[in-house]
Amino acid sequence: MNQCQHYGQCVFEAPDNFKLNDDDKLEYVAEAPDSERDNIEAAVDVCPMQAIRIVE
Amino acid sequence: MPEANPAAPVVIVGAAMGGLRAAESLRRSGYTGAIRVVGEELHAPYNRPPLSKEVLATDVTHEAVAFPSRAEMGDVEWMLGVRATAVDLDAHTLTTDDGNVQEWRALVIATGLRARRLDFAPIAGRHVVRSLDDAMALRAELTPGARVVVVGSGFLGCELSATARKLGCAVTIVTPSAEPMMRPLGDLVAKEMRRRLTDEGVEIFSGVTVAAINGETSVESVELSDGRVIEADVVIESVGSHCNIEWLEGTNLDVSDGVLADNAMRAVTTDGIALDDVYVVGDIARFPNPMFDDVARRIEHWNIPTDTGKRAGAVLAAHLADDGSFADVVAKPFAPMPSFWSNQFEIKLQAYGLLGLVSDDDIRVLEGDLTEQAAVGYYRDDRLVGVLGIGMKAALLPYRKQIAEGGA
Repeated sequence: MNQCQHYGQCVFEAPDNFKLNDDDKLEYVAEAPDSERDNIEAAVDVCPMQAIRIVE
Repeated sequence: MPEANPAAPVVIVGAAMGGLRAAESLRRSGYTGAIRVVGEELHAPYNRPPLSKEVLATDVTHEAVAFPSRAEMGDVEWMLGVRATAVDLDAHTLTTDDGNVQEWRALVIATGLRARRLDFAPIAGRHVVRSLDDAMALRAELTPGARVVVVGSGFLGCELSATARKLGCAVTIVTPSAEPMMRPLGDLVAKEMRRRLTDEGVEIFSGVTVAAINGETSVESVELSDGRVIEADVVIESVGSHCNIEWLEGTNLDVSDGVLADNAMRAVTTDGIALDDVYVVGDIARFPNPMFDDVARRIEHWNIPTDTGKRAGAVLAAHLADDGSFADVVAKPFAPMPSFWSNQFEIKLQAYGLLGLVSDDDIRVLEGDLTEQAAVGYYRDDRLVGVLGIGMKAALLPYRKQIAEGGA
């Protein structure tokens, strides 16, 4: 549980940080700038697996 | 109508995902006044999809499924373990089952659904899965070799069947439908899902209902409408749900199917008037989505409590701010993309749009092969209104875009 299953919902909320590649695997930017915070928080909300954590 | 007391809190009734998102959204939209969330369950808001899977299969606690608590939520008051029993929209009061009557400045209706039960004697071994406590109660009984009858073949019933089978139970689905997940997915895909579930060892009795559940103190067998009798230790009832609207009785809200809301998630009265200080979010909200048409519908998909909660919070915050922004916020387009997922054995279903809008003739395979991996399109009047992936994910994204743009 709480592990990415590559549903890709984060991609729509924070497209600069999350991407679903052609193999259905998720790629993401591990260290995002502060300016992306709102988008990433929205991505946290929509992850069905609740797999995204923001670590300060 | 008397004015609401501006010192009273915004009261959110329902402490699940929709209520949580509405509270978060109020704070993020700049509302700094008091917020109180009233909820019947003792648990703080948690994620429900694991209830039919991980929570049954492993020793998962509330902590593992709870939504993270955000800093801006620190001063939100949680009144858990109390049920709303009545509301007075003129006096701006809410009554709860502990006898308390509280004032509210604005009200958010987020009481969701409860599981429907079959109408038989309450003996041990009968279960539903809606809440975390439900899932934990069932977990202890899903032991290897247990004979499990699942009544109903929607997504929940099929997921529960898969989990029980993986735990070593003997599983039989009993359903009035011709095929499992027939209504949401249509005949073509449902037939393929029957094949896959059957291959995994799930027995499916379709076109039948439950005539009786036999057993003195605990379940011994299930008698079907065609006379067959299935020996059973556990019966799981996944036969749909009821909207929790009883506490709204006596108001003039339209509660004919859930609670009617406009596109700003404002509650709508039977006279067709949208109330600026009463909002509806989540499974219980029947609202129009301009992505499809102007028909108000309830949508029981996972993303809807979040999308409607955020929308309601933003609109309500603008109303309370009284800074002239309200009309603009209401007019902002709100057309959430319905999305759902279902994992059964190794089968991963993912969908966008409203698959249930179309008839069987308008469902076609867009890519791949149904017996392996496929993308399936659901068309209404030659416009794409839904797409289903069986084991496909990234391939769905262009179709999702097409649906969002009106399906042409």
